[in-house]
Formats: sequence, C-alpha cells, structure tokens
Amino acid sequence: MTVTLFVPCFVDLLYPQVAISAVRLFERLGHQVVVPEGPACCGQPSFNTGYWGNECRDLALQAMRTMRDAEAIVILSGSCGAMMKVFYQELFAKTEHEALTREFAPRVWEFSSFLVNKLGVTDVGARFPHKVTFHDGCHGLRELHNKRPPRELLAKVQGLELIEMGAAETCCGFGGTFSVKFPAISTAMAEVKCASALDTQAEYVVSCDSSCLMQIQGMADRQRKPIKTLHLAEVLVQT
Amino acid sequence: MSERDNIFVRIKEALTLQAPARHGHGLPTIEEQRRVMPPVGQTEAELFELFAKNVTDLRATFKRVKDLSEVAAELRALRDAEKWQRVATHRGAIAESQARELALPLMVVEENSEKHELEQCDVGITECDALVAQTGTVLVTSRTAGGRALTCLPPHHVVLARREQMVPDLPAAMQLVQQKFGDKYPSMISFITGASRTGDIERILVLGAHGPKQLTIICCDA
Amino acid sequence: MSSPAAQFKADAKRMTADLRHRATIQTAMGKYEVVRDQRKRWFQDWEGARTLAARTKYEAVNGLDAHLTQFTQKLEARGTKVHWASTGPQACEIILGILKAKNAKVVVKSKSMTSEEIHLNGALEQAGVEVVESDLGEFIVQLRGEPPYHLVFPAMHLTRDEIKDVFEKKLHDAPSNDPEELTMVARRQLRRKYIQADVGITGANYAIAETGMIAITENEGNARLTAALPKTMITLMGIEKILPRYEDLALFLPMLAVMGTGQALTCYNTMYGGPRQSDEADGPEEFHVVLLDNRRTLVLADVEQRDALGCIRCGACLNVCPVYRNVGGHTYGTVYGGPIGSVITPRLRDLQDWKHLSYASSLCGACTETCPVGIDIHHHLLRNRRNASAPKTGKPSWWQCQLFKIYGVIAARPGLWRLITKLGRFTQRFHGLVKGTALDPAQAWTKTRDLPPIARQSFREWWKEQGAHE
Repeated sequence: MTVTLFVPCFVDLLYPQVAISAVRLFERLGHQVVVPEGPACCGQPSFNTGYWGNECRDLALQAMRTMRDAEAIVILSGSCGAMMKVFYQELFAKTEHEALTREFAPRVWEFSSFLVNKLGVTDVGARFPHKVTFHDGCHGLRELHNKRPPRELLAKVQGLELIEMGAAETCCGFGGTFSVKFPAISTAMAEVKCASALDTQAEYVVSCDSSCLMQIQGMADRQRKPIKTLHLAEVLVQT
Repeated sequence: MSERDNIFVRIKEALTLQAPARHGHGLPTIEEQRRVMPPVGQTEAELFELFAKNVTDLRATFKRVKDLSEVAAELRALRDAEKWQRVATHRGAIAESQARELALPLMVVEENSEKHELEQCDVGITECDALVAQTGTVLVTSRTAGGRALTCLPPHHVVLARREQMVPDLPAAMQLVQQKFGDKYPSMISFITGASRTGDIERILVLGAHGPKQLTIICCDA
Repeated sequence: MSSPAAQFKADAKRMTADLRHRATIQTAMGKYEVVRDQRKRWFQDWEGARTLAARTKYEAVNGLDAHLTQFTQKLEARGTKVHWASTGPQACEIILGILKAKNAKVVVKSKSMTSEEIHLNGALEQAGVEVVESDLGEFIVQLRGEPPYHLVFPAMHLTRDEIKDVFEKKLHDAPSNDPEELTMVARRQLRRKYIQADVGITGANYAIAETGMIAITENEGNARLTAALPKTMITLMGIEKILPRYEDLALFLPMLAVMGTGQALTCYNTMYGGPRQSDEADGPEEFHVVLLDNRRTLVLADVEQRDALGCIRCGACLNVCPVYRNVGGHTYGTVYGGPIGSVITPRLRDLQDWKHLSYASSLCGACTETCPVGIDIHHHLLRNRRNASAPKTGKPSWWQCQLFKIYGVIAARPGLWRLITKLGRFTQRFHGLVKGTALDPAQAWTKTRDLPPIARQSFREWWKEQGAHE
C-alpha cells in the first residue's frame, strides 16, 4: 500500500523523530511512504480559535486537493486527524465543498487506527522492554474513538509492560492556544496529569499526540520530575 | 398582547427551523425503557427480595408480616423501643385502626391539621399506593396518605403496605398512578426512597436532614 | 470594575494556585465518580438510556409550544394560577405581586437555580420580605453571603470547620464541627421557618405536559415541606423544563439521580399538580406556576444549539470537567458555570462579554461524553467561538485575523515554510536571553513549562535529504 503521511506542523519542527520512526516502521512493514509537500498545517489553530474563514479554509482545501488521489492518508496526531476526518465536514457544511470533505474523510486515518483497523496489524515486530503508561489524547479518544488501537499495539510489543494511569482519559491541558491563553488552568491540568503518570511508576508516558506530550514533558522537566515521553511511533519502531 | 402571547410567538418563530436529531427522535416506548433500565425479577418472591435488599441498602427497615395482628405487634414493639408519646395518622382504614390500638395520644390529620401539633408527633403512620421493587420506593399521594406533611414532618415515618401493592419497576409504578387516578390526580404524588438525607457537608451522608430520619415499611400478606 | 473575562482570568489564577481548594474538589469528585460509575452499571444499557433520554428531550424541546399549552391547560383546570414572564424582572414582579396580595413577610425556598438567575432573593429582601433557603447547602452559602458553588452541591467547597464557623457567627448555634450535628442545627432552625412561612417558593426539575404537573427531585425533604406547610406555593421554572409524558419520569428520575449524585433515585421525587383539594388533609390553598423565558427562546431559535435546552441540570458535566475541577464553581462568575453554563451564558447574557468561557476550555469533550441527554456541549463551545469571531455575528479581532492569514500563507507554501523553519531555529538561539521575562513572547508557556527546541533538522528537511522514495 502507498501510505501518504501527513506530518503535523509541530511534529515537523519539534519532533521530527516521530515522523522518521513512522516512515521506518511503514517501510519495515513493506509499504511505500509518500509525503506531500504542502500544506504544513491542517488548519486547526485558526479553526479552534473560531476563525472559520479563508484563514483555515484555504489550508483545508489545499490539503484535500493535494491528497485527492491518496489511497490512505495517515496522520501522526489524533487532533490533526480529527480536524481532517471530522471537522472539515463541519467547516464546509452547506457549501460547495461539502461533498469533497465527505469523500476525503474515510481515506484519513490516525496512525494507530491505521495500523490496527486498516492494515489489520497489531504485532509490528517491536521490542521495548520498559514500563509504559498511555495518555489518551482527547481528540483521538472522543472524536476518533481510538481507545483500543494503541493498547492493542502496545500489548504486542515484546517486553513492554503497560500500566494504566487513573487519569489516562483526563485532558492534559494542552488544547492548542488554550495552553497559552489560560496558562494557569493549563498548568494545573498538566500537574494533575503528571501526578497520575508518576503514580504508575512507569518509565515512559506514551501517546498518539506529540502536542500532549509537549505539555506533559514541559511540565515534568520544569518540575524536575522523572517522566520521559514518547510517541507511539517511536515505541513501535524499536526492535 | 400578553406575555404568554409574546413567548408563544417567539417559540413558534424559532420552531419554523428544524433542528438536527443527533441521537434520533421519537418518544421511547415502555419496552425500550425496560430494555435499558435495571433488570427486576419476574416472580413475586424475587420482587420482594429485591425490594428488601434495596430498602436495607437505603438504611430503612422492611418487615413482611402475615396478618394485621402481626402488624400490630410490630407497631407495639416500635412504640416501646422508641418510647413514642404522640402518634399522627390519617383516615385510612388500616392506618387509623392500627394507630388507635397503640393507645397513645393520637392526631388524625383530616380532623386536625395544626402544623405545630404535627411537629410534636414522634411518628407518622400512613398507608401507601405501591411499593416499587426496582428501587425500594414507597409511593404515596396527598389523597391516600393523609395530605402532604404527614409523610414528611414527623421524625419517623411508618408505612403500612399490602402484599398486592408490590410493583416491579418505575414504568409499572407510573402506569399504576395513571390507571388508578384517571385524570383526577391528587395534588401531590410522592416517590419516597429511603429516609431523608443530605451530603451537603463534605459529601458525608447524614440521615434526617429535614424529612424523617427513619423510615419503616411493614408489608402485610393478608 | 473589570470585565467578566479579566475577572475570570484573575480568579482562575488565584484558584488554581490554591492547592487546598483543588484537593477538596478532587476528593469530592473522586467520591462522586465511584458511586456514579457503580450506578451506571446498575442500568442494563446506560448508553442506550442516554439515547432514549436525548430522543425524549428532542421531542420535548421541538414541540415546546404544544407541550406548554397542554401543561398549562391541565394545571389551570385544577385551580393552579399560571403566570408568564419574558424577563427576570418581570418574574420578580409577578412573585412580589403574589407576596404582596398575601401580605407575606416570611418566605421559605427550596433549591432553584432559576431563582438565582433572576436574582429573586435580592428583589424580595429589598421589598422587606425575609427569605430563607431551606436546602442545607443553599442555607449555608446564604449565611456566608456567597452564591452557590455547584449546580447540585452548593457548599461543596466548604469544610466542616468553615460551616461550623458561620453557624456560630450567624446562628449562635454550633455544638461541634460534626456534619450530623451541623445538619441537625439546620434542621432545628428551618423547622420553625417552614411553619412560620406565609409562602413557599420552589423550583422544578421537570414539567409534565401530559398530566399538568411539576416534578421536584430532592434528598432532604425541604422541598416537600416548602410545598406542604405554607398557605401559598409558588413554583418558578424555565419554559424548557418540559417532559412530554408522565411515563418519561420513569427514565428521567433515575438518570438525574445517577448523574447528579450517584444514587438510584433521590429520596423524594414528587409531582405537584395543583393546590390542596377539598378531600385532602392539608396543602397550600393557592398554587402559582411562573413560567420564565429570559432568552431561552433565543437558544431555541439557534437550531445548532437548541439541544442545550434539554439540560436537566444534573451537574455531571461540571463534575467531569478538568477546568471546573481546577478552578471551581465561583470562578465562572455567573449562575450557570461549568461546560453547559459556558455554552448558554453567551445567549442568556451577552456573547462578547461571556465568550471567554467558551475559550477557557481545551475542548476535551468529557462533558459531551457524559451528558445524559446527549447535548453536543464541547462542539457548542467551538461554535460559540465561531459566532464570537465571525464578521456578521461577532467581533473578529483584527490582529488575530492577520496572524492566522500570515500563518496560513506560510504553511501553504513549502518554500516559505522552509524559510520560517530556518528563521525559527536561528532566533531560538536568543530565546534563552529573554526566557521567562516580560520580553519573552512565549512567556505564557515558559513561566511554568519548558519548551522543546526546534529540531536541528526538521522532518521535511530530512525527507528532502533522503531523496524521493519511489
């Protein structure tokens, strides 16, 4: 299969190893990976701020047109995945582009869901002998209903022990611009998340969303707490 | 135009546009309700067992007795253990006769609705309309259980029920109310589930907030 | 006098720094979660029940005119006096009119958020009427001169010691800080008031159209007594409280209890259809129902957000909200807080003044997931943001528009993106000089969290280096 990899803006700039891991993983599984040149962003920042005009429509249309012929579009983020799969339809509802969004959505997959639900793969031949806890990014969990796929994948990683945290489904407090518009609240939410993660005594916090991990790691580092974060792709690529 | 008219104009105007039915539409049938709600048993024995368990969990008391003489015995035992001095009741055939047998100063609310006096009573003895197994609930009305205050003001509420008053679940209780009263409903219908309680202070359960602190249900087979 | 948004931010900052307060809320919510989840499992199919409840409220709200007509006709046929108020002041005026006609000096009230909404107590007190809140939590916050903290648990934020203190100060009656003893103090004090009161004022949880009854859900019995002892009873309710049929209560009474407190049913679920009847031993001689619009018809007119009128005020969305749990109920600064409050307040009050509540959310969706009547809460917050920023309905911020436009242009053109990547990497070297200071553009983040560096080689740069993968 040809996997069209959409790389979210922050993964490209801050966590390229996440996307590099995904590329290596797909190639190991025997698939060809293509990366479209643009756009660099799905349009979520302006959408979430309430600016639904051309500021985000242009990016969305560019994304849909660029990947018009893509067989399978894989996104390394639950929140960008939700934007493309769910919110493009809301953005263009009752416009001339509505049909385009409906045709586009089924070809879009969040990374873990792609492996499990599209490729039907749970064992990717990975080995990562560590204690791990999983953080459910809110968009992936509640917009895309991806509770199970990451856990099914982690269950097949050799040597990996998954310990669920009490607050696995509780928002980490990132929420895009929320994290800087309401920093006090965002910080409090990050504190709750980190405390729950530390309670598990896991070595790593794993998630399908690097933006969440940026929040959790940023909090942990500032408070000098022994938390290390990894994207699911970075775990699955380990052998 | 009255305010009523103003409001209705706004409502009708708003409703010219149809809203999306995100979860479907159409009022549920009783079968649909029953399929999602907690299960109840089928046999009478199962219903009584479920009712008894629920009442115990609610920290109320349930006693099932054979006949009216046993009802009287239970009431005497309570009277002596709790040292009742004044009893309140209503003009229900069973409630009033049982209350009189206690040979204590008696207040019958249809004859005397002095709130101060009702406040002085240690116990309110009433009948009921139904017992609901699913939730351990007692159904009373202002017509059949002596008005509104009797089942709520005295610190101990004793209910005298009959075996055939047991219904399985809330849908059945709702049906019973509608069938029993037709369109001539009493002014108050109350579903009582346990003794009065509050969790308002540090979420700690305290019984007897404003209503009765104690609820005793005596169900007579005969 | 700062704007609501500025006040909110200041209060949020203060409350999130109050670790004791946060711990109190987390503990209370933790206890609630355990019993709530147990009770959900008691249902055979909780998710199925949510769907049935959503369908019922859809029919109720979308047939509101027919249902209200039936509801009031049945009430009036039984001797109830029905009043209609388009605004809060009108409702206060109607109620004051009734009190004046009865020469009422003492009013006892059971819990009613609608009465908070219209500031009824203030209006009554100004007219020289003594108003006594009978719900224990409301009684406590009334003594403290505070608004209720939570839809269902008004005094959730207080410790037993704080309650003992206010009882001592205001009632001179506080034997200890034991919750049971404190409750008995309230019981004693309020008993006198129930009997003394000329008028009882209640709210309503539901309004049954089919049988013309209001339904009140409670645990304490204070509403029962408020509706039993005074000679006149007044029920204030929003027009959206409608349920079409009596049998709908079989579903809604337990669902409200499960979501509100984790109970199967609350202690008293009572339906009132009229004043005392001739064959009844007691009860109010007059029963008034005051129906309030107060811009609910505006919510009705918004087809996207109409389902918000289905809210049964259970408080479940407040309980699961990570924002609420960290800032607490008073921070919202308005009657209806938490997720549903953030949705409807811009309509019930003003969009521009109250849009900040829709932004003070990470849109995690836990509220929508839990809502027993299936309101699309977190998506409505997003739609509020759109409404507040759109050129026609809102006030778009010029500089934010420009920022997003510029960002959009850069993200659309690979060449520009490459440039920005390099520029960002270069300027970040100097970030260390200003980090954490007032000059730091990322100060909102860096004040409490570390920021990762822009990678030495971005993914797109690495991909280009690899050459085309054919």
